[in-house]
Amino acid sequence: MAVCVAVIAKENYPLYIRSSPTENELKFHYMVHTSLDVVDEKISAMGKALVDQRELYLGLLYPTEDHKVYGYVTNSKVKFVMVVDSSNTALRDNEIRSMFRKLHSSYTDVMCNPFYNPGDRIQSRAFDSMVTSMMVQVC
Amino acid sequence: MEGLTLSDAEQKYYSDLFSYCDIESTKKVAANGRVLELFRAAQLPNDVVLQIMELCGATRLGYFGRSQFYIALKLVAVAQSGFPLRVESINSVKDLPLPRFVASKNEQESRHAASYSSDSENQGSYSGVIPPPPGRGQVKKGSVSHDTVQPRTATDQQEPASPVVSPQQSPPTSPHTWRKHSRHPSGGNSERPLAGPGPFWSPFGEAQSGSAAADAVWSGHSPPPPPPQETWVSFADTPPTSTLLTMHPASVQDQTTVRTVASATTANEIRRQSSSYDDPWKITDEQRQYYVNQFKTIQPDLNGFIPGSAAKEFFTKSKLPILELSHIWELSDFDKDGALTLDEFCAAFHLVVARKNGYDLPEKLPESLMPKLIDLEDSADVGDQPGEVGYSGSPAEAPPSKSPSMPSLNQTWPELNQSSEQWETFSERSSSSQTLTQFDSNIAPADPDTAIVHPVPIRMTPSKIHMQEMELKRTGSDHTNPTSPLLVKPSDLSEESKINSSVKFASGNTVADGYSSSDSFTSDPEQIGNNVTHQRSHSGTSPDNTAPPPPPPRPQPSHSRSSSLDMNRTFAVTTGQQQAGVVAHPPAVPPRPQPSQAPGPVVHRPVDADGLITHTSTSPQQIPEQPNFADFSQFEVFAASNVNEEQDDEAEKHPEVLPVEKASDSASSLRVAKTDSKIEEKTAASVPANVSKGTTPLAPPPKPVRRRLKSEDELKPDVDEHTQKTGVLAAVLASQPSIPRSVGKDKKAIQASIRRNKETNTVLARLNSELQQQLKDVLEERISLEVQLEQLRPFSHL
Repeated sequence: MAVCVAVIAKENYPLYIRSSPTENELKFHYMVHTSLDVVDEKISAMGKALVDQRELYLGLLYPTEDHKVYGYVTNSKVKFVMVVDSSNTALRDNEIRSMFRKLHSSYTDVMCNPFYNPGDRIQSRAFDSMVTSMMVQVC
Repeated sequence: MEGLTLSDAEQKYYSDLFSYCDIESTKKVAANGRVLELFRAAQLPNDVVLQIMELCGATRLGYFGRSQFYIALKLVAVAQSGFPLRVESINSVKDLPLPRFVASKNEQESRHAASYSSDSENQGSYSGVIPPPPGRGQVKKGSVSHDTVQPRTATDQQEPASPVVSPQQSPPTSPHTWRKHSRHPSGGNSERPLAGPGPFWSPFGEAQSGSAAADAVWSGHSPPPPPPQETWVSFADTPPTSTLLTMHPASVQDQTTVRTVASATTANEIRRQSSSYDDPWKITDEQRQYYVNQFKTIQPDLNGFIPGSAAKEFFTKSKLPILELSHIWELSDFDKDGALTLDEFCAAFHLVVARKNGYDLPEKLPESLMPKLIDLEDSADVGDQPGEVGYSGSPAEAPPSKSPSMPSLNQTWPELNQSSEQWETFSERSSSSQTLTQFDSNIAPADPDTAIVHPVPIRMTPSKIHMQEMELKRTGSDHTNPTSPLLVKPSDLSEESKINSSVKFASGNTVADGYSSSDSFTSDPEQIGNNVTHQRSHSGTSPDNTAPPPPPPRPQPSHSRSSSLDMNRTFAVTTGQQQAGVVAHPPAVPPRPQPSQAPGPVVHRPVDADGLITHTSTSPQQIPEQPNFADFSQFEVFAASNVNEEQDDEAEKHPEVLPVEKASDSASSLRVAKTDSKIEEKTAASVPANVSKGTTPLAPPPKPVRRRLKSEDELKPDVDEHTQKTGVLAAVLASQPSIPRSVGKDKKAIQASIRRNKETNTVLARLNSELQQQLKDVLEERISLEVQLEQLRPFSHL
C-alpha cells in the first residue's frame, strides 16, 4: 500500500500526485521531487544502447527513515513514483512491480481517451479509483 | 415568458386535472396518454393541441410536468375562448373560463368546475408544483406509458374526474415556479428545431423526457392525435435535472428544460422506477436507431471503429465539459482501444444525452449500456434528445433518422431505471449482443473498470494490433471466453495469430491446435490469459516479448505447468520455437548424436520419456517445460505421423507404441498422458494415412516438426530444438514401444516400425541430449522428466 503516488511527465512536472492524507502532503511532494534526480540518474546510467532493454521498473530509488521511494519509468519518459511506508515490511518487490504495472496500464487508458490532452493533469475518475485502491486506506 | 398565474379556481381545477392525468400518482408528471385524451376532450383542432403542447413545453420536455400541464390547460382555455395561442396569452388573457373538456367524466368535472368557479381570482401559487427531483431516480418511463395505456381508472388521485370543467376564472398570476417553467415553452420552441427526432416522440413509450428531443419530436409530429399511449414519451422523472442545473453550463436550454423536466418528473421517475424494471439507461429502439445513424455519419461501416479523434469532435459538439466527456469516454470505451465500436458509440451517445438531460454520469457503465458481445441493440437511451440539442452541428440527418426509428421501445433490459428526461428509456443492454460489437471474444463487458467481462481483454496498447484483434475476434466468432479462441483455433489459426496481439499466442495457438486436447484448451486459456495479462504488463516491461515480429515462443497451450514458471517468458520462447520451428530462435543444436550414442540405447525407453521430458524442458531455453511437454509429445505424435513413409511406420507404431506406453505411463505426468492420448488419436488417425508420405491427418503439428522428422539433416540444423526433440522423441517413442510390444501386434508391421523407431530413437536421443543441456537449469523440468523417466522405464523394458 502506497502512501503517495505520483505521475511525473517527461518534463518533470507532475501530472498527478496523490498522498495519503495522514501526513503533511508537502513532505511527500518534496520527496517525489527529490526522487526525480535519482530517476534521471538511473535512466542515464542505462546508456542509449540499452534503451530498448531498459527495465521500466527502477526499483528502490532511495530509502529514508520512514519511507521508501520506488520508481518506474515508461518508454516515453513518464515517471511513476511511489512512496511506501518503511514499516510496511510485507510489501515485496513483486507487489511494487505489480502496482506499477497497474499504474502504467491505467495511465495508458487515460492516454487513450481522446479527450485527454497529453500534458494535462490527470483527472480521470477511473485512474483515481485505481490509485485509491493501492493507496493506504485511511480509515 | 412570464410566469403562469392562475386563479384559485383555476389552480384547483388544474390540479384536479393534473391528478386525473397523473395516473401514476407521481404528482410530478401527467401521463401523456391522459393528457392527450384530455386535450382531445377539449375539442380543439389537432393542430391547436399540438401548438398548445409545444407552447407549454411538454414537447420540449417530452412529458407533461405539472407546470407544463398547467400551462397547457391554460392554453386550452385560451384556445377555447378563441384567443390566439401564444405564450403571453397565458397570463394576458384575463378572465379566461376554465378549459372545457368534453369527456366521459363531464359530470364530475363540471361539478368540480362549479366548485372551482366559485373561487376568486388570485394568484395561486402552486406549492410544490415542482418538487426538486430526488436525485437521479430511476424512472421507468415505460411504466408510465404503459400505465397510461392501461385503464384509466388507475388514477388514484384525489379527484379522479376533474378535467371536464368549464373554465371559469382567469388565471391568477403565476407563481414563481411557473416563471421558471414558462421559460421552457420558449426554450422549447427554440429548441425544437434542434431536437430533431420527431419520430422519437411517438415511439417514446418510455423515452426519457429529453427536453429538446421532446420538443422536436412533438413539433415534428404532425399527426395530431396523441399517439398511442404506449408511444407517448413517458416523461420520466429527471432527478438529475436538478443536478443538471448545477452542472451543465453548456446548454442553457437544456438546463431550463431540464429543470422543469426534473421537477416535474421526479415523481414520475420515482414512480417509474418502482413500477417497472426498466432500466433508466436503456436505449430505446428509436434512440438506438438514431445513434446508429449518427455512427454511420462518422463511420459507414457499422462493424468498424470510430477513431478517438473523430469521436472527440463529435461529442465535443454536445457542449459538455471536457471533463465529463472524458469520463463518458472512459465509461464507454470498453475495450480501451481508443476507438468506439457501434456499441461503445451508442453507449457514449446515450450517456451524453443523459448527461445533458441532467442525469449524473455513473461511475460504472450501466449494464444496459455495456457493449454486448453479440448484439448492440438496447442501450442507447442516453437521451438522444439532449444529445441532439447539444449537437448543434450534428448532422441534420440525425433528427430525421431519429424520428422514424422512434416507435419501438426497446425494453429488453429491465434493469436500469430510465432517467426519463426526454428520451425514452434507453433499454440498456445488459446482455444485448449484436454482432456489431467487437467484443465478441475479447471483451468482456462485465466490469468496465477492469474492462474485463468475459474473455480476458487483450489490451496491449491502443494500437492497431489491438484493433485488429478486436476485429478478428469479432469476426471470428463469439468468443466469450479465452478458450474460445482456442476452440476456433484450428480454423482460425492465422486469425488467431493475428488476433492475439501477442505473438505468443499465435504460436501457442497453433501448437494448441495440434494438441487439441481438452487440456490444451484449458491450458490455453490460462496461457492466453497469462499471455494477455503478461503481455499487457510486459508490453512496457518486456519489449521483446511484445515485439510483434518475431513471435515469441508461444506458451504451450496444453500445459498447465505455467504456474510454476514464468510462463510468459517461457511461453514466449517456446512458442516461438515450437511454432516456427524453423524460424524460432533455435537453440544451438549440436549435431545429433549418432544412434549408437549412449543416449540412444540407454534412452530406449527413457529416451521416450526423456525425449518427452527433455523435449519439453529443453525446447526453448526460456520457456519452461510445460509447453515443451505438451508440444513435445505432440510433436512426437505428429512427427511420427508426419514423418515420411519411414515415419509412417513409426507413426503406425506409435499408436501401438504410444498406447502401450501410454498405458504404462498413465501414472506419468499428465502431460505425457495427454500427449499420448493425443498421439494415439493422431497416430491412429494417421496410421491409415501413413501410407502416404508426409503429413497425416493428425492435427497440424507444427510444420517444423514434420520437417524434422523427415530428415535428420533438418533436424540437425533445426532451429527449433523442440521440434527436433519432438521428432526424436517421436522416433524414440515409436521405436521403443514398438520394440517391446511388437509381440502383441502384427509382426511384420512391427518389425518395420521397429526399424523406423530405431531411427527415430537416435534422432530423439540426440534431441534429448540437446534439450537436456539447455534445460539444465530448469530444475522442475528435470525433476518431472526424471519422474517420467521412472515411470516409463518399467514399461520400456517389458
